[in-house]
Amino acid sequence: MPHLRSMILISPEILLVLTALSLLLLDFLVKRKGVVAATAVFGLLFSSFVNYWLIRSGLTGGTIQGMFAFDGYANFFKLIFYATLLLTILLSVKYLVIEKVSAGEYYSLLVFSTIGMMIMASATDLIVLYLGLELMALSTYILAGIVRGDRRSNEAALKYLFLGAFSSAFLLYGITLAYGLTGSTNLREIASALHSLKLAESPITMLSLIFFITAFGFKVALAPFHMWAPDVYEGAPTPVTAFMSAGPKAAGFAVMGRVLFDVFGDLQMQWSIILEPLAILTIAVGSIIALSQTNIKRMLAYSSIAHAGYALIGIVIGTPEGFVSTMNYLMIYMIMNMGAFAIVIMLKRKGFSGENLEDYAGLAKSHPAASALMLVFMFSLTGIPPTAGFIGKFYIFMEAVYAGHTYLVIIAALFSAVSAFFYLRVVMYMYMKEPAGDIALSTSRTVGIALAFAVIMVFVIGVFPSLLLNFARSSFFG
Amino acid sequence: MESTTLNQIDYPILSIIVFMPLAGALLLLFIKNASAVRWASLFVTCAGLVAALPIIASFDKTTHLMQFQEAYEWIPVWGINYFVGIDGISVLFIFLTLLLSILSVLVSWKSVETKVKEFHIALLVMETAILGVFVSLDFFLFYIFWEAMLVPMFILIGVWGGKDRVYAAVKFFLYTFAGSVLMLVGIIVLYFNGSATLDILALSSMKYPFTLQCWLFLAFFAAFAVKVPMFPFHTWLPDAHTEAPTAGSVILAGVLIKMGAYGFLRFSIPMFPDAVKFFALPIFILSAVAIIYGALVCFAQKDLKRLIAYSSVSHMGFVTLGIFALNTQGVEGGILQMLNHGIITGALFLMIGMIYERTHTRAISDYGGFARIVPWYAGIFIIFLFASIGLPGTNGFIGEFLIILGAFSAHKLFGVLAATGIILGAGYMLWLYQRVFFEGYKEGLSVPDINLREVVILLPLIILVFLIGFYPDALLDFMHPSVEHLIGEFRADTNGDNIFSQYISLYLGGL
Repeated sequence: MPHLRSMILISPEILLVLTALSLLLLDFLVKRKGVVAATAVFGLLFSSFVNYWLIRSGLTGGTIQGMFAFDGYANFFKLIFYATLLLTILLSVKYLVIEKVSAGEYYSLLVFSTIGMMIMASATDLIVLYLGLELMALSTYILAGIVRGDRRSNEAALKYLFLGAFSSAFLLYGITLAYGLTGSTNLREIASALHSLKLAESPITMLSLIFFITAFGFKVALAPFHMWAPDVYEGAPTPVTAFMSAGPKAAGFAVMGRVLFDVFGDLQMQWSIILEPLAILTIAVGSIIALSQTNIKRMLAYSSIAHAGYALIGIVIGTPEGFVSTMNYLMIYMIMNMGAFAIVIMLKRKGFSGENLEDYAGLAKSHPAASALMLVFMFSLTGIPPTAGFIGKFYIFMEAVYAGHTYLVIIAALFSAVSAFFYLRVVMYMYMKEPAGDIALSTSRTVGIALAFAVIMVFVIGVFPSLLLNFARSSFFG
Repeated sequence: MESTTLNQIDYPILSIIVFMPLAGALLLLFIKNASAVRWASLFVTCAGLVAALPIIASFDKTTHLMQFQEAYEWIPVWGINYFVGIDGISVLFIFLTLLLSILSVLVSWKSVETKVKEFHIALLVMETAILGVFVSLDFFLFYIFWEAMLVPMFILIGVWGGKDRVYAAVKFFLYTFAGSVLMLVGIIVLYFNGSATLDILALSSMKYPFTLQCWLFLAFFAAFAVKVPMFPFHTWLPDAHTEAPTAGSVILAGVLIKMGAYGFLRFSIPMFPDAVKFFALPIFILSAVAIIYGALVCFAQKDLKRLIAYSSVSHMGFVTLGIFALNTQGVEGGILQMLNHGIITGALFLMIGMIYERTHTRAISDYGGFARIVPWYAGIFIIFLFASIGLPGTNGFIGEFLIILGAFSAHKLFGVLAATGIILGAGYMLWLYQRVFFEGYKEGLSVPDINLREVVILLPLIILVFLIGFYPDALLDFMHPSVEHLIGEFRADTNGDNIFSQYISLYLGGL
């Protein structure tokens, strides 16, 4: 019976694999591409429902010989991944038609990537973690280059592939060293071996830790490992960019949290010291370089780097509460960022990229509703109350001050004032410039649903944060 | 804790007043016709004032306690509550805000022709945010309103403003936002040093170590000093005031910049008394510099609105001087002067807006001899001008008199400097009047005189100028117990009468 239990606990992932496979098949069978998207949505909703049902039925714990955990921690991140996938599908429907991308491949790759992320969040074994990470990464490499005729898209895919492979190598180094030291790839066994053999002080352990941090740093685009992000974000098809900036980033933080807290728990002082300058550097690089961007996708890429820095603060302070604030932040960031990208996607039409800031000039005149939504997302990304973005920052800052990192908070707070400028500039273009010509939005019902969801959540979390806070806390603390 | 639940009225009157404009703004979303939008906006702002009238009737003028309190659990994880209430200080600002909001809607009747709906939505959202700042008794709630106010103001300046509106709007936003985030850090630090609560009353009744007080004072100072604005953080103000549409200037000058001084009164003085005492001299010096520098810069201005903007710097210098004199006269004078400044400068911006609609120029040199062209306008203008100078019989006199009295008893030198500021004020104002209304009459220039709608707008302000001028107790009675309590607590905490006793012996003994 233990196998059955394992099968049940990974059934959400299995359902998604079936969905992904059937999407490939369906692409040949049906002419209407909407059906493919609808099937993907159905599969993901079914999988998430099964996941929810498993949580409700009280089935938790490790499975498959302790390689895979079905716990609150993983489930919180899985909710982020489900939501990211759902929103991305909703944003993609029209975009795929405009760009003439094959729907079957596209959606199944999105689903595969999500499965990879879910495995990452649940992995309690370094090999499983690596498998999940590669599944996610390989799918997103292809997704970045899925517009085959577009040179920028090709370049993005290639760049992402090379640098991603590079970071995977670092991860493998880290895994190898950890295995060599302790003779195990299981997170808990490594931790207990490190503890009992008093290896925490060993330079090899330290080296392994540094390799892990480097690899995860690449995945979540921390400075100085962020170089790939702006080019890839700019070149990739916009829905894929939105997907990458929310899902894989959260997945990177999920594994980072699990590895750092579970494996290197004894070295908390050390990794805090390593991560602290990285957090400051990441926020600074993201906020400052974003100031000079004129391409909105590139600007949002740098903004995404800066936000990774804020989320990292929750890990730097090294307390469980701190990590809860990071989880909270990632959820909020996903929602507001998807909202902002939804507007960027709406500006795209045949033969018009709509990616330059200039293209936003006078948008408020012709499309007041879309502009008002973009304004909300921009102010939420800045962290102005009463939006969700403020709650995210407030929680992180609060935990950091509590843990005694007040100066770190002061730096972060001042950079959020710097970042206000480039978010504000989008608002400025929309509301305070005269339109250069006619702007037509490629609106669709699916994008409308995604936007409505995002804006409602931004305000609901902004005004009644208790809902999300309690959920994040209970996920982490059980 | 002294927050015994006090609400004389058995319904949540403060929440109704605060959120009514927001509800009105949502309502406006569904109105298409521009003129219907104006009427609806006027109705909502007037309804706000009417809804607030029961406060005057049942306000208890004998207590310093917070009245009309409402408290609901909000974010229990963080121990944050929705907690509102007003005392004798905040009640006056509530009414000032409600009144100026109505006038802002009226003055924009003709002058705002584009995106009318968006304009009134921004105006109403802003009214909610400003009212919220004055009623909040929880720091989290306070900060939300404090920051939320930036967005509509940014839009108001940037969309409906003058030539350099975008620059002014961005500058306004970044300056105030940078100051605010430091206050946010201060609030969080205070949270952990004040037994995990953000209840302003509870935090005010605690005592903090001196070093912590100093750091927190500076963090809050960053936000409040930018908002007031105090010299040398004032540079956003002339740009924002000048470029904002008339309604924006009125709100900015009338209530928005009062929020900074209100912050000093509500937070800095009760929470960080020792730090206030420590930093009182530098602030006194900055205030004196603001008074004199602001006045001198006025002489050099070529733009009507810019001149009034710089005169605000000077007048707000009086306000901070009065508040940091930390005696009853000074603080009461400071509060009264804030209200006066809101009335007078609000009125002056309104009048400049009215003449601008006719002439489409704000350059002083384009005017001349206007007393012959628009005699009624000139007559009303001089009332507010005299009030701004502080002529006895007008409200300006009472405020400035009290402040100078307070400053004198704190330190004579600053009393003298403040009095100099009044003379300079008379100088630039009268010179302005001379250039605009008397000399250089241009033949053939015809401008319609002030009309009935505009008189109706200005009438309540004229009444207030003389009412406060002849019977200041009408307002002083409201604030007296609260101010007495504030000063009493401050003296008890710092055990000293004269805040400068420490400095006088040290630095200023010879002066």
